[in-house]
Amino acid sequence: MEAARRRVHRILALANAQALRQACAAICDATPAAMLRGPETGMVMARGRIGGSGAAFNIGDVSLTRASVRLANGAIGHAAHLGRDAGRVRLAAIVDALWQDPERRREIEDRIVAPLERFVEARDAKLGGEVAATKVDFFTLVRGED
Amino acid sequence: MPARSEFAAGFADPVRDSQTVFRAVMDAMAHPGRIVGVAPELTPPTPLTATSGAIVLCLCDSDTRLWIDDNSPPAVSEWLGFQTGAPLTGNPAEAAFALVLDGEASPSLGQFCLGTQEYPDRSTTLVMQVQSLTGGAPLRLTGPGIDGSTTIAPVGLPRDFLTHWAENRARFPRGVDVILCAPDSVVGLPRSVSLSPERV
Amino acid sequence: MYVAVKGGEKAIDAAHRLLADRRRGDRDVPALSLEQIAGQLGLAVDRVMAEGSLFDPELAALAVKQSRGDLIEAIFLLRAYRTTLSRFGYARPVDTAAMLIERRISATFKDLPGGQLLGSTFDYTHRLLDPALATDEAVDAPDHRAGDGAATPRVTDLLGDEGLIEPDAKGGAEPGDLTRISPEFPMDRDLRLQALARGDEGWLLALGYSTQRGYGRTHPFVGEIRIGEVEIEIDMPGLDFPVVAGRIRLTECQMVNQFKGSAKEPPQFTRGYGLVFGQSERKAMAMALVDRALRARDFGEDVVAPAQDEEFVIAHCDNVQATGFVEHLKLPHYVDFQAELQLVRAMRAEWASAPEDERREAAE
Repeated sequence: MEAARRRVHRILALANAQALRQACAAICDATPAAMLRGPETGMVMARGRIGGSGAAFNIGDVSLTRASVRLANGAIGHAAHLGRDAGRVRLAAIVDALWQDPERRREIEDRIVAPLERFVEARDAKLGGEVAATKVDFFTLVRGED
Repeated sequence: MPARSEFAAGFADPVRDSQTVFRAVMDAMAHPGRIVGVAPELTPPTPLTATSGAIVLCLCDSDTRLWIDDNSPPAVSEWLGFQTGAPLTGNPAEAAFALVLDGEASPSLGQFCLGTQEYPDRSTTLVMQVQSLTGGAPLRLTGPGIDGSTTIAPVGLPRDFLTHWAENRARFPRGVDVILCAPDSVVGLPRSVSLSPERV
Repeated sequence: MYVAVKGGEKAIDAAHRLLADRRRGDRDVPALSLEQIAGQLGLAVDRVMAEGSLFDPELAALAVKQSRGDLIEAIFLLRAYRTTLSRFGYARPVDTAAMLIERRISATFKDLPGGQLLGSTFDYTHRLLDPALATDEAVDAPDHRAGDGAATPRVTDLLGDEGLIEPDAKGGAEPGDLTRISPEFPMDRDLRLQALARGDEGWLLALGYSTQRGYGRTHPFVGEIRIGEVEIEIDMPGLDFPVVAGRIRLTECQMVNQFKGSAKEPPQFTRGYGLVFGQSERKAMAMALVDRALRARDFGEDVVAPAQDEEFVIAHCDNVQATGFVEHLKLPHYVDFQAELQLVRAMRAEWASAPEDERREAAE
């Protein structure tokens, strides 16, 4: 349950704004939602680890917008996305709230989460393929005898 | 999943609302003893009033440790945690801000963070909810920011407050600052103020 | 010292109007859009984000435009804006091993798992100006090759197995934050890395270079450089679990340094680490060189060179502070200078009236 909800958060956050709006607009516009907090823009401090896996240290801040909504049925949804786009974060918070309703979950998964997941995977695969084309294929020219 | 009912809304217009509240608190601290009106649109969980709730929302964020008195219902700390992101602490000596809803449940002022000689500004600021700022036993205030002397008469101060305040005053430049919060107004008590019972 | 002087308001207004005009330039030429700056001057935007210490490509592009391409001015603008944003908290540390790789090379291992991925690099270009770029000629789409899906573990994790390389120092303690506490020396490595990550690229480049030329030699090899996007995971009030809020691009450099051993440590490979916002290989490499140089004391090395001097390096690495202090000299110092003038005149009069031999004595 928690893992499934985290997955929804992740996909909504990784999709670009246009894809997110396209997937969510119809359902979210038909869902009255009261703002509990935000949408508000601030920042979070990004952290790395010394050497990649050692002790943590602070790299620098990243702009972030977050929002929390309450639907008519009392369900509460949250969202936080990097950047300053309040509109997309509000939509994502509504999706998070709707998803928690077992009766709506299937619909949200099919109409919003699944298409966005395909969008993110396709985008990552395109980038991965472009980078893979620059992979060095070493071959040995001459090998000296010992 | 059941929704948590403690999530009440915060400021409707966070920037404007917190600026208004900040201005009022600043005026109150700059003019100790002056009753400054603060009546924000806010419905925090009881017994937190709109005024003291708004002050905590305005002053606290994820960088400020917040102490809340033991008799406060969990809904209060959950709402403040959700709205401000302030980490809660059970130790008054490490609090940047303290919310006192029940004066009887509050430790003496000396148990909060008093700052250091080098950094007296690192002490706790107490947001202390009282029933009223008028109608109680009159107290005489003197000190910086007051022309001569002035009088307040709050109802609902913790027991022995005057004694603890005198100790606080004696620690200057260390010491706590207090914002007394009635349901619709506040009075600032910076550590530089002397308090004594008014002779009637 | 400088003093407030009145007057000049009209001149200042006119200067700002002139600045706006010169920034816009020839009105017959289309104005730059932020998309153009972020999309086509991406590495300038990356530098502004790294040293401005705020990851937000759109704001950094605006800063580049507003500063007319003066990147230190742009960094200053972004830092100033940054102070108006409230800090919601600290993200979970990023996992660079799970990076969506855009470039990944190693100078120490040819056949590393996952391979060498050149990505979009200036390396192997001939550094000949390309007249074709002066026009708007069509550009070919990049090649595409089905990825093999091979994992790309960090090189230093591979070396670690043999015990030949120092392991990552684990630390459970909450890292220090330079944006919340004033720096004190000696400084822990986490704080030094934070300062270097937002430090001036030119300063770090020069210091890194100085170690290569013999001022605090560290015998470095590039174990690995990787560039790509990592997920930022945050905790937010109201949720009991962390969530991904998006991705940011980072450049990581693992420098591996041959170390002949000391009374304290056996011979082994020691390490310097660089991690920077955006695509910024030069900065990440320089940061890793300087990080290693600053660890001299940890390995019982003599501290003899500027790059090993913690206070010297860290206290001068912030270009916003540096430019503020250097550039403040152009503000009116009329009163100080009047005082200095009087003093010099008095000293000259004294000097002129003194006999020759007394002058010689005074000079000695």
